Amino acid sequence: MAMQFVKGPLDTNHNPTWCPGCGDFGIWMSLKNALLELKIPPHKVLIVYGIGCSGNMTNFVGTYGWHSLHGRSVPTAVGAKLANKDLTVIVVAGDGDGLGEGMGHFIHAVRGNADITYIMHDNKVYGLTVGQAAPTAIKGYKSKSTPEGIIEVNANAPSLAIAAGCTFVSKGFSGRVSHLQGLIKQAIQHRGFSLVDVYQPCVTFNKVNNFPFYNQRIYDLQQENHDTSNRLKAFEKALEWGDRIPTGIFYKDESRPPYEDHLPQEQGQPLVVRPMKKRSLSHLIEEFI
Amino acid sequence: MLTTANGKIRLQTLMDEQDHVKKFSWKIGGEAGFGIKSAGMSFAKCCYRSGYHVFDNTEYPSLIRGGHNTYQVTVSSHPVHSVDEHIDILVALNKETVDKHQHEMTEGSAIIYDGDEFQPDVVFFRDKKITLLHVPFKKLSLEACGTEIMRNTVAMGATMALIKLPSSFMEDIMKEVFSHKPAVIESNIKAVRLGYSFIEEHYRDADTDFKVSLSVREKGHRMYVGGNEAQAIGAIAAGCNFYSGYPMTPSSSILHYMASKAVSEGIIFKHAEDEIAVLNMALGASLVGARAMVGTSGGGFSLMVETLGLAGITETPVVIVNCQRPGPATGMPTWTDQGDLRFILHAAQGEFPRIVMAPGDIEECFYLTVEAFNLADRYQMPVILLSDKTLGEGVGTVPIFDEKKVVIDRGAFIEDGKVPKDYKRYQVTENGVSPRTFPGMEGGIFCGNSDEHDEYGYSNEESLNRIDQVNKRARKLEYAAKFLESASVNLIGPEDADITLVCWGSPKGVIVDALDELPLRVRKRFRVLQIVVLWPFPSERVKSILEASKRVILIENNSEAQLAGLIRQMTGFDIREKILKYDGRSFFADEVAQKLIRLKCL
Repeated sequence: MAMQFVKGPLDTNHNPTWCPGCGDFGIWMSLKNALLELKIPPHKVLIVYGIGCSGNMTNFVGTYGWHSLHGRSVPTAVGAKLANKDLTVIVVAGDGDGLGEGMGHFIHAVRGNADITYIMHDNKVYGLTVGQAAPTAIKGYKSKSTPEGIIEVNANAPSLAIAAGCTFVSKGFSGRVSHLQGLIKQAIQHRGFSLVDVYQPCVTFNKVNNFPFYNQRIYDLQQENHDTSNRLKAFEKALEWGDRIPTGIFYKDESRPPYEDHLPQEQGQPLVVRPMKKRSLSHLIEEFI
Repeated sequence: MLTTANGKIRLQTLMDEQDHVKKFSWKIGGEAGFGIKSAGMSFAKCCYRSGYHVFDNTEYPSLIRGGHNTYQVTVSSHPVHSVDEHIDILVALNKETVDKHQHEMTEGSAIIYDGDEFQPDVVFFRDKKITLLHVPFKKLSLEACGTEIMRNTVAMGATMALIKLPSSFMEDIMKEVFSHKPAVIESNIKAVRLGYSFIEEHYRDADTDFKVSLSVREKGHRMYVGGNEAQAIGAIAAGCNFYSGYPMTPSSSILHYMASKAVSEGIIFKHAEDEIAVLNMALGASLVGARAMVGTSGGGFSLMVETLGLAGITETPVVIVNCQRPGPATGMPTWTDQGDLRFILHAAQGEFPRIVMAPGDIEECFYLTVEAFNLADRYQMPVILLSDKTLGEGVGTVPIFDEKKVVIDRGAFIEDGKVPKDYKRYQVTENGVSPRTFPGMEGGIFCGNSDEHDEYGYSNEESLNRIDQVNKRARKLEYAAKFLESASVNLIGPEDADITLVCWGSPKGVIVDALDELPLRVRKRFRVLQIVVLWPFPSERVKSILEASKRVILIENNSEAQLAGLIRQMTGFDIREKILKYDGRSFFADEVAQKLIRLKCL
């Protein structure tokens, strides 16, 4: 007989399909708890998911959802946010998705600083396609697609984000749910593009960067008096990797207004809430007379 | 009939029975950066304001500076939808213009050039009865403003004098064009007047074979607008409030227009990083309730293809304009072609419904775009409008767009506060359409899912669910087809015509113009079948028309006769006689007539 669960306020009728022990569970819990603590009603939240194990979360969170194409979740979120600025728009995508096919979109969205929160799952592999090396894989990592070890150096989302002008850059670990939950909350509250990159061990395919690996190495920047307004320092911390691996908020800039604030046509009610009336054409046609 | 310098037949006569100008063509040529396009549009606007119909075409290489550019205006006393193959007035800002275009000239035509810069072959042109009119563009420009920059403006003034339109029309245009730079208005007007009086003082009609002379007529209820702008205005009329784009010739003027009106009309305009982002942004906006449109050419559309399928499976309305140019790959960026039809019909993996329509003239660019938004919302699917460079960058006179004919129909959606319990976004319904909710609405939560999904939108790979959802989506197209049937084709001409000319898109205007040139007794033998809705294909309608036709000829701007293939696939009717053109140039009316002569139709 199947076990009976108590359905939480942000649960759906679908149970997670991730492998037992998957790092995605921690992100799932943190995200739901963050939304509940912020008391944002689920119908005011749109989560845009990528394609991969992370994107399968689309079926397990009871907000409005959009299960996008591989790599394309970020521009979808930008379009949705600009059309309805009252929505809380969150992107949930993986490192293969977000830094492979989606790399360009990520950097450009950072440049624009639309008010969306990007939660990236960093497990350094393509889990759903059974374990090839992701762009985040550490140089030399052996996988089905890199049997001799990956030649490229790893893509590092926080450092890329800082370089491109991101106004909120953070890193969490799915083994530290309450810390991650706090990061997600702050990221959602931040006005502008916020990145929450998350170490999310793939227990099935990545036998190196697993829970013990991170448990032994991570520390919290906020416990070490890190100055989040210092961009160069943030960049340095974002590149730190070895015996000590930083988590927490690297960088935060509250001075730059989000993209939508620059648009005069965004002032007042959200675009889609205004009644769609026939527009008068005479003043437009005048230019063609 | 007249003969051109290279021996081609010119079908139309310049003058009508009352010795008034019926139709003539004017072309200006020079290096890119000479102000060719602005001069051309100014001249066309003067003719339009003097009560004439015009249609323009610009030819230019994909360069910012240098390279040979032309702008042609065909001016007519009756509606015109294409430019002529022949030129009656050639304004040559350099020698290359004369060399490249002299073969397009007929006897009685004229060349305006600067004899201080180069000397054309006087004997050659005298033998051809082509008048050479020297106007010192450079000298007069220096006199007007101290630099050579107004050579094109001097030439405009000279042209106005030559065809006897008042200089004031051109002077008014200068005031409007430079309203943001009042300091240069005076010198531009001076340049116009210098060119104008030079012709008046130096040439008398009796000395030349040139006969085109216009009198100012009633302007009529018309406007002078480009096909791309017509589509953009159509979008604005239809309530479009989200436009994302990435520049690509020849579609970019849609983007420019939407960007320029974004603030005043309350439209979110986003210049995205690439066309993949463009369409995904539009879907994001549409998902939350915006009316979204994107515009591109074939290359950009290629990048959008996977996302097109996403619009299909998530049943998200979106309007996509593909202004075609010759492909594949970069192809010929600034030229025209109809090579994308088959691609558009089948773009993206898997099976899903879409609507594809093709405007045949500038007026249709406006009204079909309005309609596209309603169709996209009503049937919750992508609607693709196929135009091309000829139409998109073509500028002409059309009846003023009638906003009274604009209707906004947003299709089936649930109002905020009225969402039923246990709402299912993808509920299986009889006609396939399930009412939408938008993020933000309480109780309306759903998942828009690129995976196959159940009625709520959650991923589902069960066999029966898959079949239900595939069938549901397919039924929407059947539903749309029933609605679209009556407007799916235009049949122009008498029912008992001997010959049916079949086309889609911009060649329609050319064919209509070609038939206009024929004497009534000959014209009566033809009718035109223009397919407006290319998908869902109006099979029954087209089949019955073609089977009732005595003779059928296809006219298409591509090499593979893609419409003929589609017609054969959908109706079993095999069109054997085809007139195809695929050199990057549009058909000319005279050229179509020539081909019909060759096929022994005339």
